[in-house]
Amino acid sequence: MTPRTRTFRILAAGAAVMLAAAACSGGGREKTEDSGTSGGNAAGSSGYTIAMITHETPGDTFWDKIKNGAQQAAKDTGVTLKYSNDPEATKQAVLIQNAVDSKVNGIATTLVTPDALAGSVKAATEAGIPVVGFNSGIDDYQKLGALMYFGSDETLAGTTAGKRIGDAGAKHPLCVIQAQGSVALEARCAGVKSAVPGTENIQVNGADDASVVSTLQAKLAQDKSIDYIVTLGAPIAIDALKAMDQAGSSAKLITFDLNAEAAQDIKDKKIEFSIDQQPYVQGYMAVTSLYLNIKNGNDIGGGKAVLTGPSFVDASNIDKIVPFTKNNTR
Amino acid sequence: MSQTLEAPAPAPSEPSNRVRMGLGQRLLSRPEIGALVAAIIIFVFFLALAPSFRSAESFFTVLYQSSVIGIVAVGVGLLMIGGEFDLSAGVIVYTAGLANSMFCWYFGVNMWVGAFLSLLFCLAIGFLNGYLVMRTGIPSFLITLGTFFVLQGANLGVTKLVTGTVSTPDVSQIAGFDSLAKVFSSNFKIGSVTVWGSVLWWVLFVGLAAWTLQRTRIGNWIFAVGGNADSARAVGVPVVRTKIGLFMTVSFLGWFIGMHQLYRFNTLQSGSGVGNEFLYIIAAVVGGTLLTGGFGNAIGVAIGAFIFGMTSLGIVYAGWDPNWFKAFLGVMLLLAVLVNLYVKRMATARKVG
Repeated sequence: MTPRTRTFRILAAGAAVMLAAAACSGGGREKTEDSGTSGGNAAGSSGYTIAMITHETPGDTFWDKIKNGAQQAAKDTGVTLKYSNDPEATKQAVLIQNAVDSKVNGIATTLVTPDALAGSVKAATEAGIPVVGFNSGIDDYQKLGALMYFGSDETLAGTTAGKRIGDAGAKHPLCVIQAQGSVALEARCAGVKSAVPGTENIQVNGADDASVVSTLQAKLAQDKSIDYIVTLGAPIAIDALKAMDQAGSSAKLITFDLNAEAAQDIKDKKIEFSIDQQPYVQGYMAVTSLYLNIKNGNDIGGGKAVLTGPSFVDASNIDKIVPFTKNNTR
Repeated sequence: MSQTLEAPAPAPSEPSNRVRMGLGQRLLSRPEIGALVAAIIIFVFFLALAPSFRSAESFFTVLYQSSVIGIVAVGVGLLMIGGEFDLSAGVIVYTAGLANSMFCWYFGVNMWVGAFLSLLFCLAIGFLNGYLVMRTGIPSFLITLGTFFVLQGANLGVTKLVTGTVSTPDVSQIAGFDSLAKVFSSNFKIGSVTVWGSVLWWVLFVGLAAWTLQRTRIGNWIFAVGGNADSARAVGVPVVRTKIGLFMTVSFLGWFIGMHQLYRFNTLQSGSGVGNEFLYIIAAVVGGTLLTGGFGNAIGVAIGAFIFGMTSLGIVYAGWDPNWFKAFLGVMLLLAVLVNLYVKRMATARKVG
């Protein structure tokens, strides 16, 4: 069949061109051995099993760092780590119950929806399994019976950030919320607002970059008096930069959290500063504290929550931090 | 549809029993007319209420937002006219971008190679969707729901395996990135207005789809397989080939927007795209496509996407409380569908003789 032969010939020609172009090309993966998460004891050498349960929505770089921290801690202490997650409160409660049923030695969990998780956490403490809270639930962890807490106080983080931009002259900041109905994100914006009363919130669809850019672009066109943009996640900050560029806005940008790109933008002074809650530390400490508690009866924090943030990253300390963001540990 | 009570009797002087419709009625019987009326109402509504909506810049931002949804929606609309669904259309966009980005990053090859391989990969997924639906007779809703979950999981899993994180690395320094960016995500200025290339591509794809549907044999086949696949097969329409072709069209357009996302944003979050498949279906339905197949057109789907873009940004331009966004969007869409239904009922009532 002639048409088919022709198709093959075109495909073959195409492939030849591709191969020629493929010859070599810079800018890709650096072919060096990764030494980010190595060393430590063999998994399980201390004989403990620790379950970590979070409300992670799959595909978020932030949670990746929590996991990396937890895995490194498990390696360092020789603990077997069982990680599971579900963004839905009732399902997260079931996962905690699963951990209790499988008789793990310790449970580290986020307490984003304290009321929904109370029952499962109680079941754990009644079974004599130590529970540590991290990332969210700072106000409720003691009431639920968790021993320790590692995380950032979101309201405090928001207020600190608000004070800092307020001192720099912010009158009308725009606080960008990328997930609807999230207590932690709302708390951050409320914190900013308590320091700068002119703060306005906006909702964007964080799962779609194009939509984030055009929504912010529309907002900047609608209200020219916006002088600061506060994004609550690093990828959103990158989108905000694009929107500001498109809208010709002269507003300044600050963000919560970090990734490699945002770190570079802080270095290039396109982002003023980042409020980092150090997710790697949250994951690392949650596992390590359980290990110490089981092995040695330790209690960290003196009966109070241990704050992993807010830690400011700006032009003054960014050079030190950039390599860590590339390792995906900060 | 033909049993309508208010059907006016044909004029006695008419020689044949064929009803000749006036221009107004002919307009009204087109699938997109309801959507057009709804679009105009919403447009005027925001024009009146949102001062910053009244500028050419804003209009083109709205067009951009619409085009990103609209390009894939055109394909989904064609597929729905052909009587099938594709729920994997939202994530395949990111599968395409991720495949291109990570392949080139990992092997350090020219971005054009990755783009081409990613295209083949997406077309293969579209083919698989269509083949499974046609081969097994299982409703496409279920088959593509399966592909949707597979792709969603594979996007995350493979990205984590290859890059060690859940978002792709910076690929803007790899050869071929700039030339591909010109193709997929360029923009130019007319005065102070930024026009995105994606808007022009959207117009092109819509035009092509409209022409195919109205003027070509393939267009007739699409309507035939969507209306009644068995009758279509009986009169010699290649049902299997037509439907598989439609699935592949959707994955091609998904790939296209995936390329746009990659070359505009450079890094992609591997969990993105979930939920967008419904936006495409909504755009098609608001644009007058029947959920049961066999009725609709490309212009209507484009207007549907435009309504979505206008509503989602209009709320921002009007400066309303963002917490209400989804609720407001839902009301707007319901109204659009109602206007659509009402106009269509009027139109079909007059059509029958």
